[in-house]
Amino acid sequence: MKPFTVLEALVAPLDRANVDTDAIIPKQFLKSIKRSGFGPNLFDEWRYLDVGQPGQDNSKRPLNKDFVLNQPRYQGAQVLLTRDNFGCGSSREHAPWALEDYGFRAIVGTSYADIFFNNCFKNGVLPIVLPADEVDALFRQCEANEGYRLKVDLAAQTVTRPDGKVIEFDVDPFRKECLLNGWDDIGLTLRHADKIRAFEDARRAKHPYYFA
Amino acid sequence: MEAQTLYEKLWSSHVVHQEADGTALIYIDRHLVHEVTSPQAFEGLKLAGRKPWRISSIVATADHNTPTDHWDQGILDPVSRQQVETLDANIREVGALAYFPFRDAKQGIVHVIGPENGATLPGMTVVCGDSHTSTHGAFACLAHGIGTSEVEHVMATQCLLQKKSKTLLVRVEGELGKGVSAKDVVLAIIGRIGTAGGNGYAIEFGGSAIRALSMEGRMTVCNMAIEAGARAGLVAVDETTIAYLKDKPFAPKGEQWDAAVAYWRTLTSDEGAKFDKVVELDAADILPQVTWGTSPEMVTTIAGRVPDPAGITDPVRREGVERALKYMGLTANTPINEIAVDQVFIGSCTNSRIEDLREAAAVAKGRTKAANVRRVLVVPGSGLVKRQAEAEGLDKVFIEAGFEWREPGCSMCLAMNADRLEPGERCASTSNRNFEGRQGAGGRTHLVSPAMAAAAAVAGHFADVRELQ
Repeated sequence: MKPFTVLEALVAPLDRANVDTDAIIPKQFLKSIKRSGFGPNLFDEWRYLDVGQPGQDNSKRPLNKDFVLNQPRYQGAQVLLTRDNFGCGSSREHAPWALEDYGFRAIVGTSYADIFFNNCFKNGVLPIVLPADEVDALFRQCEANEGYRLKVDLAAQTVTRPDGKVIEFDVDPFRKECLLNGWDDIGLTLRHADKIRAFEDARRAKHPYYFA
Repeated sequence: MEAQTLYEKLWSSHVVHQEADGTALIYIDRHLVHEVTSPQAFEGLKLAGRKPWRISSIVATADHNTPTDHWDQGILDPVSRQQVETLDANIREVGALAYFPFRDAKQGIVHVIGPENGATLPGMTVVCGDSHTSTHGAFACLAHGIGTSEVEHVMATQCLLQKKSKTLLVRVEGELGKGVSAKDVVLAIIGRIGTAGGNGYAIEFGGSAIRALSMEGRMTVCNMAIEAGARAGLVAVDETTIAYLKDKPFAPKGEQWDAAVAYWRTLTSDEGAKFDKVVELDAADILPQVTWGTSPEMVTTIAGRVPDPAGITDPVRREGVERALKYMGLTANTPINEIAVDQVFIGSCTNSRIEDLREAAAVAKGRTKAANVRRVLVVPGSGLVKRQAEAEGLDKVFIEAGFEWREPGCSMCLAMNADRLEPGERCASTSNRNFEGRQGAGGRTHLVSPAMAAAAAVAGHFADVRELQ
């Protein structure tokens, strides 16, 4: 996993609540057996005017000019600003894969669906939770100022606005350490292999019917 | 000892190790695997030179991509076929307790085959790379959806990194009215608490109305816990649970059965256990539900109307409703029972079990599909459900009503196979998500119970099933 330390980047605002993972990456792209290449189909149904299919040349498809990510001012954005309950619905990890492949490394919003939130941390994408009034203010500033950028510092747990205001955010210490270092969860867990084996043996002795 | 909730009992019996910040390694008893969210995990495992920790924990099937007709022709879509064949190859190489491949007599939706084979047992932790894994919580096991990285993590370590959830008790007391089913109960709950209402919680469903539900009904309710934002739904063990599991293929037998049952009977929330939040509903107030928007919380009753965004003050919510009505092609204040449908889908991990099919067939019997309805798909949840339905003659009821009787699979719940809505088509669906494009790009989904779906099929528009029974 790519480590996440400090990101200073352009912000794209997606001003809607309950953005589900079907919208983030529609089902036809889930047929892939790879974990890369989903970026061109991120928000496919909102981004293009036709119905996308896997394996298409996306550069030739008609764009929905009204969709925020198609506006010239937001090209190259790495921070996605959004609203409540982002990433709800399906557990597909293809959603953070698509966001990451497109170029987003951080998401700023008021809340996330649990599975999506978890999946982001496995893929070097930082989902940041801020209070609703702070998010409102970021939306206002972002829409009013072309080239609006935010600085995200994971070690310091801060988001810094262009006007200098520093907003702190919470993150689980364990997740933070993994993300800062780009650690592989499996490697970390296997350090406890003896403990897992002991637990398993005891469980098997007590509840053999779970091990049939 | 302090009174514990069911969730706390399940959690504490699976903690292998805990970090200082509370992040825990949880031991996983059952790992359900399907073709869509597993290929990258198997590949990751192989690339790292790792072996699965405990093969006997794995139960696998192909369900999302599989066609529901012309099984003799195999899978025509080459991309879908490759994904299903990749699962075949991975399971062949790695092994599993059980594998129900495409066209196997017991193949079906992963959340239907686990319980019906007794591979889902009370007291277990159950995971699957699919959000509707919450279904299995109906058996008082801690069950939730995980991402593909976690699928790989569970394969490699038999554990999952987790933080303990908060607990929410949803208590539904009283008796459900005629024509009101488990689906209506859970849609009413989501309507009350919202799609983010359960974020960060494990929901235990309790109260006399939940106790009165069959296991099929409890699975329907827990299935949609994720639609309320909760990764896990739970129902305590009782005689209904135990009777369902008796003699299932992977359920314990003989002395093992007795020992298991003795333990399972402890899997309830203790008297006086404290929940972080409690929500109460009166069963008698719940009417047949119909969603009108693009989120499961956008729901009303068959007696209701499409809402008017003009009356909503919160701008984000108002714009959300306006966008939903535009997508759904609906006008504010339209009575729900005047909305005509183009297709009907009876199936999915929410409502494709034998009881669901019986409820739909009871409405369809002696009636026929309305002329304006282009297609009614009935897709059983598994091969076992299909054969049971056929033994009861339900297939004939559906066929005589002009419905299509299909092979098992996920089908038009998410339209990864050929079953889908055309742009602009409106569907009464027993599935779980009415998101934009879920059943096909531009398709319009209204979530309902199996009986309400059958009622819409024969009436041509949403209709009050209580007037048809």
